Amino acid sequence: MILDWLQSLGQRALSFFQRLGRGHITLYYLLISIPSVLMRPRLLLQQVYSVGVLTLLIILVSGLFVGMVLGLQGYNTLARFGAEQALGTAVALTLVREMAPVVTALLFAGRAGSALTAEIGLMKATEQLSGMEMMAVDPNKRVLAPRFLAGVIAMPLLAAIFAAVGVMGGYFVGVGLLGVDEGAFWSQMQANVDLRDDVFNGIIKSMVFGVVAVWIAIYEGQDATPTSEGVSRATTRTVVHTSLAVLGLNFILTALMFGE
Amino acid sequence: MAQDETAPLVRIRGLRFARGERVIFDGVDLDIRRGGITAIMGPSGTGKTTLLKLIGGQLRPQAGSIEVDGLDVHRLSRDKLFELRKRMGLLFQSGALLTDLNVFENVAFPLREHTRLPESMIRDLVLMKLEAVGLRGARALMPSELSGGMARRVALARAIALDPMMVMYDEPFTGQDPISMGVLVKLIRRLNDALSLTSIVVSHDVQETAAIADYIYLLSGGKVVAHGSPEELGRADSAWAQQFMQGLPDGPVPFHYPAADYATDLLAGDEGDKA
Ligand SMILES: Nc1ncnc2c1ncn2[C@@H]1O[C@H](COP(=O)(O)OP(=O)(O)OP(=O)(O)O)[C@@H](O)[C@H]1O
Ligand SMILES: [Mg+2]
Repeated sequence: MILDWLQSLGQRALSFFQRLGRGHITLYYLLISIPSVLMRPRLLLQQVYSVGVLTLLIILVSGLFVGMVLGLQGYNTLARFGAEQALGTAVALTLVREMAPVVTALLFAGRAGSALTAEIGLMKATEQLSGMEMMAVDPNKRVLAPRFLAGVIAMPLLAAIFAAVGVMGGYFVGVGLLGVDEGAFWSQMQANVDLRDDVFNGIIKSMVFGVVAVWIAIYEGQDATPTSEGVSRATTRTVVHTSLAVLGLNFILTALMFGE
Repeated sequence: MAQDETAPLVRIRGLRFARGERVIFDGVDLDIRRGGITAIMGPSGTGKTTLLKLIGGQLRPQAGSIEVDGLDVHRLSRDKLFELRKRMGLLFQSGALLTDLNVFENVAFPLREHTRLPESMIRDLVLMKLEAVGLRGARALMPSELSGGMARRVALARAIALDPMMVMYDEPFTGQDPISMGVLVKLIRRLNDALSLTSIVVSHDVQETAAIADYIYLLSGGKVVAHGSPEELGRADSAWAQQFMQGLPDGPVPFHYPAADYATDLLAGDEGDKA
């Protein structure tokens, strides 16, 4: 009994480390293929465009609603201390530091990440990747690295859009519905949101999340068992693993960036 | 590389390859002559596709060597291997067309990746290759809109797009009607002779293959069981050759995947699967 249990534990640990190792090999090949992607900007732009199209609408809608909720909740809390003027600051800081990078990354995983895994998994299952290799075309350079770079570029852009729309949402609710002074809303925001400490750190966060999200998506696609069941399992794993990784990393990054 | 013109283009020696426990090749020696059409035949599941992938350097043998044009495929650096692959075309059994590109772009793909030809020249080349396989009119279709046989012909056009020195056809005739089959048989012969290619054809269609092949290797059970020109094999008194060339169900060539004795298996009930 105990032996069986130990054995299965050992097996799990072993396969975990194997996957970790293969994941890093994938990342290595992606990184060394980046120069050749930069030589072919059209491939890259195509991918940025398709990732953007996939995620933009859902980012806009979610950003608006998250901003509106922040406006409501922030107002309720701040009003208790008579500080509703600070609503603009509260909404903007929450969005720029936390909500925009994190929620964007989670939505990205569900929308673009899962699509990426399925696409690559199916390309593998239908021998398109090995077909390319036999035509002396490196799939890392032609297929995977452009998607990787596109995701890393798109993520901060999407997070910025999320934050901007969220601030608008907070503005509608706070200023439009609840009667916060418009001038105070904007001027407080401007005075208290720091470009380097807040905006810059938010961008770094979403770049890190971008790397992690596309890396996981590409790795899972490449590692998928080449069957329909294997691809569907890989897709699920992408979403779960990316979400966990993003939430965990976010805590670490927040502690490093904003902890004293 | 000044290669002896009479030396075989592909030289396989002592090839051993296993997938997990299952040994697929065990000591295979095989030569592919320059300028000829060599057929590789054998029962389904013997490893014909595997052999082509070994030659293409996509799989690595456990022992033995594979030389193509004097280069040991599995000792080349990645760059050298890619250089070599530009000179080999492989028609995948599944076609392996890129599903996000249409027929024209699929055939143009290797040209765009490996040459700096002007667009008009690429267009002409692609249309020539498509015309050869009878699908010039289908250039705007997406792979999902093709039948299996059509997809394979597009894949064939793509495999010859770069005018390679060697083309490996994995089951080119499967799913073709008698007319396109006839056209393909002639096409393979004509390409081979006109461009002085070397061709390797994997096929089950004994008649068609025997009609165009210069030399045939019969594989079974991980070994070469017979080889020779079609006439030699037809005359050979080797039971292997006779059975395969005539498609007889009984003989030394196994129809079944290796398994326990049938009666024992049936009588064993569930126990058999647990063992
Ligand atoms: N990816 C794989 N993993 C494990 N075993 C495999 C894999 N691919 C093929 N095999 C095994 O290798 C053997 C040879 O397969 P291969 O595809 O080379 O056969 P084949 O001769 O091309 O058959 P067919 O004529 O049906 O195409 C088969 O028995 C198969 O079970
Ligand atoms: Mg096969």
